[in-house]
Amino acid sequence: MSDVKSILMVGVGGQGTILAGKILSMGLMAAGYDVKMSEVHGMAQRGGSVSNQVRFGKKVYSPIIGKGQADILVAFEMMEAMRWLEYLKPGGKIVVNDFRIPSGPILIGACDYPEQVLESLKTKADTTVIQAGEIAKQIGNPRTMNLVLFGALVKGMNLTDIDFETEIAANVKPETLKLNLEAFRAGIAALEK
Amino acid sequence: MRKLLTGNEAIARGAYEAGVRVACAYPGTPSTEILENIAQYSEIDSQWSTNEKVSVEVAQGACFAGARVLVAMKHVGVNVAADPLFTLGYNGVNGGFIFVSADDPGMHSSQNEQDNRYYAKFMKTVLLEPSDSQEAKELVGQGLEISEQFDTPVLLRTTTRISHSKSLVSLSPRQEIPLKPYEKNPVKNFVMPAHQRIKRPGIEDRLQRLAKYADTFPGNRVEEGGAEFAVITSGPGYLYAKEALGDRATYLKLTMTWPLPAGLIRDFIDKHGKVYLVEEGEPFLEEQINALGLSVIGKELFPRIGELSAAIVREKLLGTALQRLTVDCSAVPGRPPVLCAGCPHRGVFAMVAKSADIVTSDIGCYSLGFMSPLNVGDTCIDMGASIPNALGFAKVLPDRKIVATIGDSTFLHSGITGLIDLVYNQGAVTVVILDNRITGMTGHQQNPASGFDIHGKPAPQVDLEQIVRACGITSLWTVDAYDLAQTNAALQAALASGGPAVVIARRPCILIQRNVVREPLEIAADLCKRCKACLKVGCPAIEFAGGVVRIDSVMCTGCGVCRQVCKFGAMRKAGGAQ
Repeated sequence: MSDVKSILMVGVGGQGTILAGKILSMGLMAAGYDVKMSEVHGMAQRGGSVSNQVRFGKKVYSPIIGKGQADILVAFEMMEAMRWLEYLKPGGKIVVNDFRIPSGPILIGACDYPEQVLESLKTKADTTVIQAGEIAKQIGNPRTMNLVLFGALVKGMNLTDIDFETEIAANVKPETLKLNLEAFRAGIAALEK
Repeated sequence: MRKLLTGNEAIARGAYEAGVRVACAYPGTPSTEILENIAQYSEIDSQWSTNEKVSVEVAQGACFAGARVLVAMKHVGVNVAADPLFTLGYNGVNGGFIFVSADDPGMHSSQNEQDNRYYAKFMKTVLLEPSDSQEAKELVGQGLEISEQFDTPVLLRTTTRISHSKSLVSLSPRQEIPLKPYEKNPVKNFVMPAHQRIKRPGIEDRLQRLAKYADTFPGNRVEEGGAEFAVITSGPGYLYAKEALGDRATYLKLTMTWPLPAGLIRDFIDKHGKVYLVEEGEPFLEEQINALGLSVIGKELFPRIGELSAAIVREKLLGTALQRLTVDCSAVPGRPPVLCAGCPHRGVFAMVAKSADIVTSDIGCYSLGFMSPLNVGDTCIDMGASIPNALGFAKVLPDRKIVATIGDSTFLHSGITGLIDLVYNQGAVTVVILDNRITGMTGHQQNPASGFDIHGKPAPQVDLEQIVRACGITSLWTVDAYDLAQTNAALQAALASGGPAVVIARRPCILIQRNVVREPLEIAADLCKRCKACLKVGCPAIEFAGGVVRIDSVMCTGCGVCRQVCKFGAMRKAGGAQ
């Protein structure tokens, strides 16, 4: 199944990984690929670690990405990049949001947020750090952070030929479309630098 | 037209296309979205039921009346509904009857890993196992046809990865299936021992006819490929085998797995000799194949615990693994699920922790009260167990203060019978009904106490206080779950009453009442003594870092629980106002 590509988006419940996965999958489907997407439901909704897994190619069987199989790891939160790193293929890319959300044990002081996360990721793989929160704030709505990261993903996977803007239009509220498109384009630009 | 659908969305679509008229469920991960999606089809009369047994019984009535019906539940829901399901196998159907069991290998959000394929054998009914969304959709229609043709209920069994993974599905228009005429037929539909004895031999005959049919079922097929491996597989196992072995193997892909397609299996094993069985979960197929006097290589190689994966198939059959980065992810701090900022359960648990010796909990968001730092909860077993468990504790440990905690939806699901039992047998137990006006954990489904139906339309609202009183409870308090002093006083009085007592702690789930979120709080640095009492309520909006306690103003809902536990008045409205 060498032609199958695997995209792993990870973050924290509520960060918008699922919407990004949906837009990605629909764009890939429209481009003629077989696509499978998995998301974790249930307890993850309550502030737990979440992953959204998209696999595409001529024919995809497993909906799940195995360890060492992801072509790209897009982390909406820094510590989650560390957690999911073993799923990255050697030679794969990391796009990581410079954004930290402390988990329960950290909040109550039972342990510390890991240090040197970005530096550590850089020693393991081709890593691009994105200030998606800052970019989204400059655009005018911090909630478009997920579209910034999605833009970076699209650039990172060389999928810019696919018309994702149509899919974005189909999946966000009309009044937020302009900002979401700006966020998406800013994400692409962030990886061009 | 093709669409990307989850298995659950595909099952809903399958019900629509196959002319289903009535669909019922009680929410349960990973099955919940089946009914949520069916509810969007106006052609189908859909409803949330109070529990799985009721959902099956409503669907049975509609089936007897002549309609095609679908019922959906999570794997443990089948345990609740098993009584009517077993007997339905004797009655058979009028309109087609299909029930979905969404199993959860790996226990992503479940209390056990039961493999419900065994139910099909136990109930002497039909088992269908899809491998992707397209199959899931098609099997609804095919299952209903089998149901009507063979006069039997049919079990459609998915797993989390089938239920929650999206894959491409070809859509078809709805088939309008006329109602089957209803005629009173006591031997068929009225279960008296004399009637059941008449029908009993027919069940064995039906199984034999179904076994022959299974050999010809189009979903049971040989996929010719390479000669390196011969593999029998079903459900998600098929995906992982194909992913790992691709064209190097020849497959017998099974979709209708009970009654066993014995002819196909025998031919395949006769032809190939050494045959691997890639089966997720328990050795259900393996045991049946062995019972035919045939041998396959199955659980001696593959685990019966947890989920299967392409990596496991690769490792066991090819002896290889994908290359990996050398990283150690084990030291990354955990991110367990927590009660949300502003969750009305938080303050109640903080007060229960102060006054109770033993707390029996139940199934729902509030099982998260068990997590650190609240650490409330000695036991949690199944839907409705909290109250009877507490009664059992009270019988053996009469000197302890015993509290049962149960949510509104779980109370209606199967808590009421436990409460009646508690009153009848006079246990000294305080029951706390955590009434957040919604079925929370599964993603906010309406229930009989919420005042809305599955479509969000107003519905009669059951009155929990009246139910509690009607069960015989005389010691009853209703409190605002955000008011800690009031909650604590009620708990103390309830525990002091020496008999069965109920405290209803009411406040809508914070996720459905965003509009009433108050102003966020902040901590006045000059007043904070860093005693960390606020951290002990485990709110994700409060952080202790660098020796300082801080409130995240975006996450804070202003619920005021932390303010009430602070002895130094250090919490104030953001911006310094009181």
